[in-house]
Amino acid sequence: MVEYVKGIPIMRPYIDQDNQAYWDAVKQHKLVLQHCHACDLYLHPPRPMCPSCNAQDTLEWKPSSGKGQIYSFVNFTTDRMAYPAFKLPYAVVLVELEEGVRLTGNTHQIHPDDIYVGMPVEIMFEDMDDDMTLYRFKKRDG
Amino acid sequence: MELYKEKTAIVGIGVVPFSTDIGRTEWYTACQAVKLAVDDAGLDMKRVDGLVKNVDDGPDQMYVQKGLGMDNLTYTAESHWGTSPMMNAITAVASGSVNYAVYYQTAHRASGPEKSISDFRVAREMREDLLDLIRADFYTPFGLIGQPGYVGMTIRRYMHEFNVTPEQMGWVPVVCSENAARNTEAVFFDKSITIQDYINSKVVVDPIRELDCAPKVDGSIAIIVTTLENAKSLRHPPAIIMAATQGTSSEGQFFTSYMRDTITELPEMQFVADELYRVAGIGAKDVKVAQLDDSFAPLVPMQLEALGFCDRGEGAAFCEGGDRIRNGGQLPLNTAGGALGQGRFDSARIVEAVRQVRGTSANQVKDADMVLSVSGAGGPADGLILRRQ
Amino acid sequence: MTVEYNAEQKIPYPALWHVLYRSSTPFWDGVKEDKLLLQKCKSCGSFLNPPRPMCPKCQSMEQEWVPATGKGKLYSWVTYQESPHPAFKAPYSAVLIELEEGVRIVSNMVKVKPEELQIGMPVQVTFEKVAEDLILPKFETMS
Ligand SMILES: [Zn+2]
Ligand SMILES: [Zn+2]
Repeated sequence: MVEYVKGIPIMRPYIDQDNQAYWDAVKQHKLVLQHCHACDLYLHPPRPMCPSCNAQDTLEWKPSSGKGQIYSFVNFTTDRMAYPAFKLPYAVVLVELEEGVRLTGNTHQIHPDDIYVGMPVEIMFEDMDDDMTLYRFKKRDG
Repeated sequence: MELYKEKTAIVGIGVVPFSTDIGRTEWYTACQAVKLAVDDAGLDMKRVDGLVKNVDDGPDQMYVQKGLGMDNLTYTAESHWGTSPMMNAITAVASGSVNYAVYYQTAHRASGPEKSISDFRVAREMREDLLDLIRADFYTPFGLIGQPGYVGMTIRRYMHEFNVTPEQMGWVPVVCSENAARNTEAVFFDKSITIQDYINSKVVVDPIRELDCAPKVDGSIAIIVTTLENAKSLRHPPAIIMAATQGTSSEGQFFTSYMRDTITELPEMQFVADELYRVAGIGAKDVKVAQLDDSFAPLVPMQLEALGFCDRGEGAAFCEGGDRIRNGGQLPLNTAGGALGQGRFDSARIVEAVRQVRGTSANQVKDADMVLSVSGAGGPADGLILRRQ
Repeated sequence: MTVEYNAEQKIPYPALWHVLYRSSTPFWDGVKEDKLLLQKCKSCGSFLNPPRPMCPKCQSMEQEWVPATGKGKLYSWVTYQESPHPAFKAPYSAVLIELEEGVRIVSNMVKVKPEELQIGMPVQVTFEKVAEDLILPKFETMS
């Protein structure tokens, strides 16, 4: 799990028109994924055009189950390589969601040593302050 | 023999309508412009294998690829100034490395940085202020700040050496406004201005007036280059590249090459002219329409001189009255309205050159079989000559 | 006229600190002692302006700094009707001076009104302390 060092700001997501809906949903503790309805294709990260059909008006936002499996992960163990806002050690996981796209995030109440590829996880949300909400992943029963 | 000469052509153009607030991200409009150009050419997106861009403009190739879905680019490149990435596209195609090279220029200069993907725009402006160190050391402490001031220093000297009147300088803006008023795609000038409007225009940095300076605009353009052979199976007759080049000169400094023996000529543009005419095997008199860099209108007379359309010191007199540079005149200029009418956006000149060759300009010039387009009146320059098949 | 500054705004300082470009440091060190120095190629004697690490005529990388006479002529100028930077009060003029040595530098005039400026007018250097830690070389009409 990740803990933060007080007083050091966490770098915020850069929000623009292309990913606004994604972060608006996160603020409401929901995960939505970009989806091209012409191709029935999920896209992540959010983008302004479907790479399969090159349409820009077929993109919609669909709720995600938020469930998936750990696809890969890294453990940050020394301060040489880590951003100082995060207490060491901490893990960043790459989660493959049921919809097929992959998200990066931190973990909740999972010790870095216990993480394994294929671990079933689901999303949870955390309000960092008044105007920033992030998500992380917790264990679920496979 | 230049590998590209008469072997390459522009076969597709994509223009997202210009706006002072385009309302989308640069990432969005970059994807949009490439798609429009690919459709204009009648090409399959998967066959595009080269993407080139200006260093400071718009999202990089990996970003646009996320929208365009091209699998395999064999060539990407960035060049710095004006429309110089065209040379990357043309030489890559001519060398056989690439079949279809797309040059995309995307920059939302009129709306705020929050409108663009990440911080491209901020980076662009920081770069201009901080990394031009000669400027930071020797110009800004004295308040010589901003391009109108930089250009003004050159123009004052030009007007002094050749006895040019402010009135003579006004004809390029007047004719551009006339062309823009007839071009529904041009954002500025619903109606044309008069020479009196120009004289009355506010002096921003004496001797530069407000109507000398092309306004900022949000835009996104894509241009496709391929071989003449490939062009045969595409939708439009090709705009054949007779010649293309970049041009630089020693002691160059962006808009402020003040240390040369004379500062009232444009040696970079002179090099461009010499090379274009040499390769194309034509002379200035053969050019039917010219798209010159009117980011700052008073630099147009100096370009006319460098490009051989008139003698040195006679550029302003050449434009006087406007008849020589209007459609029907000796050398119609900036027929889409130029940067003054469309906003400052270098690749728009190449688009207009292609339209003249295709016969689809809003101010179509009769028999426009050879068309010139140049960029970079303020420093490193580039240009090309297109012809009809 | 003399350029007037807004006291509460920082004048843009020369970018001497930058790792890519330290060639101009001796110029600004000279200005601190009321000296106008020019960089000269030790090999072929060309003046190098703006300063640089290599002579474009002979590619020599050996240079020296020599005092300029400080005399020259007004080569061109612009007058800002609106200020492009909060430190400068508009209107003011930025001038391009051609020194006797043949090189040109950007500067300001002191005690000359914009309407009195004339291309070719003889000028000489003067040094103005514009901030606690910044002296700029400026020009006045030749007496
Ligand atoms: Zn699709
Ligand atoms: Zn030398």
